[in-house]
Amino acid sequence: MTETVSELAAFPTARDARCPFDPPAEYAELRAQEGTAALTCPVGVEARVVSRYADVRAMLADPNLSSHAAPSTHVVAGGVLDRPVAPGSLLNMDGPGHARLRRLLTPEFTVKRIQAMRPYIQGLVDDHLDALLARTGPVDLVADFALPIPSLVICELLGVDYADRDRFQEQTAVLVGTNSDPAALEQANLEVVGFMTQLVLTKMVAPTDDLLGRLIVRAGESGQELSVEELVTLGITLLIAGHETTANMIGLSTLALLRQPDQLDALRADPELAGTAVDEMLRYLSIVQFGVLRQATGDLTIGDETIEAGEWLVAALSAGNRDESVFPDPDRIDLKREATAHLTFGYGVHQCLGQQLARVELQEVFARLHQRIPTLRLAVPFEDIEFKNDALVYGVRALPVTWGDER
Amino acid sequence: MKVRIDVDACVGAGQCVLAAPDVFDQRDDDGMVVLLVENPPAHLEAATEHAALLCPALAIVVDR
Repeated sequence: MTETVSELAAFPTARDARCPFDPPAEYAELRAQEGTAALTCPVGVEARVVSRYADVRAMLADPNLSSHAAPSTHVVAGGVLDRPVAPGSLLNMDGPGHARLRRLLTPEFTVKRIQAMRPYIQGLVDDHLDALLARTGPVDLVADFALPIPSLVICELLGVDYADRDRFQEQTAVLVGTNSDPAALEQANLEVVGFMTQLVLTKMVAPTDDLLGRLIVRAGESGQELSVEELVTLGITLLIAGHETTANMIGLSTLALLRQPDQLDALRADPELAGTAVDEMLRYLSIVQFGVLRQATGDLTIGDETIEAGEWLVAALSAGNRDESVFPDPDRIDLKREATAHLTFGYGVHQCLGQQLARVELQEVFARLHQRIPTLRLAVPFEDIEFKNDALVYGVRALPVTWGDER
Repeated sequence: MKVRIDVDACVGAGQCVLAAPDVFDQRDDDGMVVLLVENPPAHLEAATEHAALLCPALAIVVDR
């Protein structure tokens, strides 16, 4: 490498405002180029950006990678790339330490266990739809539907007391919101950490039959006792990972489907279509919009190229999800497409632990929302919708909708 | 068709159970893969191959 950083192009982050559902246009060019692209990133380092589907999978399956600066520190100007990994920070851990912790959690997220939560989730979705329908529009679908549902699912999973759920939900909404002012954010952060610490301490004394309680028992029984710090970090990781992502998917996919009436009609006519629709919308929207950052810990090969230890790599998940060699006509939403092999949940040992839960939540939302409110429509012009162009998880800030007779 | 699994590599993502529920399951105690059918019949071959393709940990090997 003789090039200097200043000669390199910048990592693309800006979308074409006319196509807010499409990744930055440069990704198509990157896919067409040979090999990876060395680009400068806002955090101040050069990274090799991997954009083709097969290359992204090869990269993320390689053991010679560290996730210590994951998920997307490359786009954080002033971000710290060598921050020590906090104990319990599943997203950032590597190797056997990561595998051990993940394995303590996997029984909570099996297909079987998540299927058992489906009736609870159905009830939650129906309750929120009842509450919406008891009002007259417009309502903000993000604040009144997309945010509370995943938050309450996490409460159920973690075993938060019913009496505390309203407060918990308020504060986590501030925490994952992008409209929050810094003081409110700091306050919410303190409160959520305090809340999680209290929850962990309570369950350590008297473990209950919920994720945290069972995790504490399982870790103890296998001689891998987890510290308060690890449990709090894990709890908050699950909270953020399970809340923000699903909430943004609900808001953004509803908007995308409202803009694609033929597909929405098909879903209304056949709610069973929600099964494939969820993975197709995950593929199409790629909400972890800047991809995931890794650092090579040894030499590895991507295509014909050798990446050396120490180099930074970005798996551009949204670029791989639009790779036409795997997904024909990739820029089109096709709710019947078999898109399960998309990259939105990542790939390799860090692939989303909560993916089955996300699927079930989104399936129930997709199937029920449009059945119960078939006349759902935007209450503002499309041009007025604000997108989270800077957030690590893409979405809409608010989604004013209404229903009933057009007037 | 003959299927082999590598339980040590498994990360419990559950992709194989979704893709081929008649061939793969997950253990209740740790979520790791269980092979239900070592030689899947013809009508399960496509689903089994899809499961191997989806596995994020490359823990499923299919020999034909």
